[in-house]
Amino acid sequence: MTTPISFILNGDELFHEVKDHWTLLHLLREEMGLIGTKEGCGNGECGACTVIVDGLAVNACLYLAVDLDGKRLETIEGLAGSDGTLHPIQQSFVDEGGIQCGFCSPGMIMSSKALLDQNPTAGHEDIKHALAGNICRCTGYVQILESVEAARDRLSEQAGGRNE
Amino acid sequence: MKAFKYLIPESVEAAISFYQAHSETARYMAGGTDVIVKVKEGWMEPDYLISLKKIQEMAELHKNEATGELSIGALVTHATLEKSLMIRNDYPILYDAVSNIGSLQVRNMGTIGGNLINAVPSADGAIPLIALDGVALLHGPEGERSCKVIDLFIAPYQTILKPGEILKKITIPPQAPLTGSGYTKFGRRAAMELPLIGIGVLLTLDEESETCTKARICLGVAAPTPMRAQGAEAFLVGKKITEAVLIQAGNLAADESRVRDSIRGTAWHRREMIRVHVRRMGLRCLALIKEGR
Repeated sequence: MTTPISFILNGDELFHEVKDHWTLLHLLREEMGLIGTKEGCGNGECGACTVIVDGLAVNACLYLAVDLDGKRLETIEGLAGSDGTLHPIQQSFVDEGGIQCGFCSPGMIMSSKALLDQNPTAGHEDIKHALAGNICRCTGYVQILESVEAARDRLSEQAGGRNE
Repeated sequence: MKAFKYLIPESVEAAISFYQAHSETARYMAGGTDVIVKVKEGWMEPDYLISLKKIQEMAELHKNEATGELSIGALVTHATLEKSLMIRNDYPILYDAVSNIGSLQVRNMGTIGGNLINAVPSADGAIPLIALDGVALLHGPEGERSCKVIDLFIAPYQTILKPGEILKKITIPPQAPLTGSGYTKFGRRAAMELPLIGIGVLLTLDEESETCTKARICLGVAAPTPMRAQGAEAFLVGKKITEAVLIQAGNLAADESRVRDSIRGTAWHRREMIRVHVRRMGLRCLALIKEGR
């Protein structure tokens, strides 16, 4: 038994047949081959599968694919430009050493994007609060928090440049 | 994950008829942050999952400015409550609790109604609603009924909900002026962790901002279900609230609690933390009243 759904994935409208018990994570990784979104715990504890649905960060492992019908989905695959230019958040994670093994990075970066989209001037505590659901076993978090602060500054510089 | 059929009713009545059609094999789901984990782990094996997400009337958060009554639909997410300035300013105890439930990802999906019905002994969402004298409105095959939020809970993971019954909303009666409130989730870390102990305090003072006219001291993980330390509450009413009085109230609340040893911590530690945090939350209440919130 499948249900047809339509949604917007990283800007493109898509149609897909999904089974009722598929999670969004299953749809992305196993059915669509979009393996940038990671499966860590599978129970909403680790944040590795974080994606953005209608502007809100959610755990793709707890979100049913059928519930995506009519919604706007952003995944890590949508961040870099078509020529491979990294998104400012991704570039900041590279520059500031926010990435070691890389497994938590897609989730960390999507949580950061959801935060900075909503609050471009997020402070240190805002960042900690928004990333508290993302676990990293390598970096000790300091470089990750620095990466997000650097990304915030980079993004606001870019926005300032556009306004001038 | 076990295969199931997903039903998406758009009204409470339609949800109940779906339930009646499949009774034994059907379960309701709100945000899914607990139910999906249970299905994945095999603790729950439904053939039908009835999603409540599209029932518009259950997703409303509304304060009636004429009566002062606050109505929180069961589907209102923790994130919606956390982001509401009205909740942050007028119901600080609720803001304190919901802003530390799970993680932001979980709060974006998880609902206040789901948190109550999951009925874990820590019940971060329940403590503030009990302190605020919340009333739960239930709707089931036999019609509507209501009860105090504290009376929803029978035992760990068990509520008074009958088969097919749905928690529709929680109402909070108008709060008196000169009321302050606060909640502490005490544990090793705030995110993705159940508290070692949860302490919610609400105090109302008389017009002179001196004598306490109403006190609520609500504790999570202090008993099999959320509890009120009614002896400590009664002790505070009629008194001028000072730090010394709050220390005594903390001692009374610690004695009343039915804390026990668990893998997360010892009864002794929990009791000590009740003493500390009843005092601290009481002082927070006084500070908020002084600020005029």
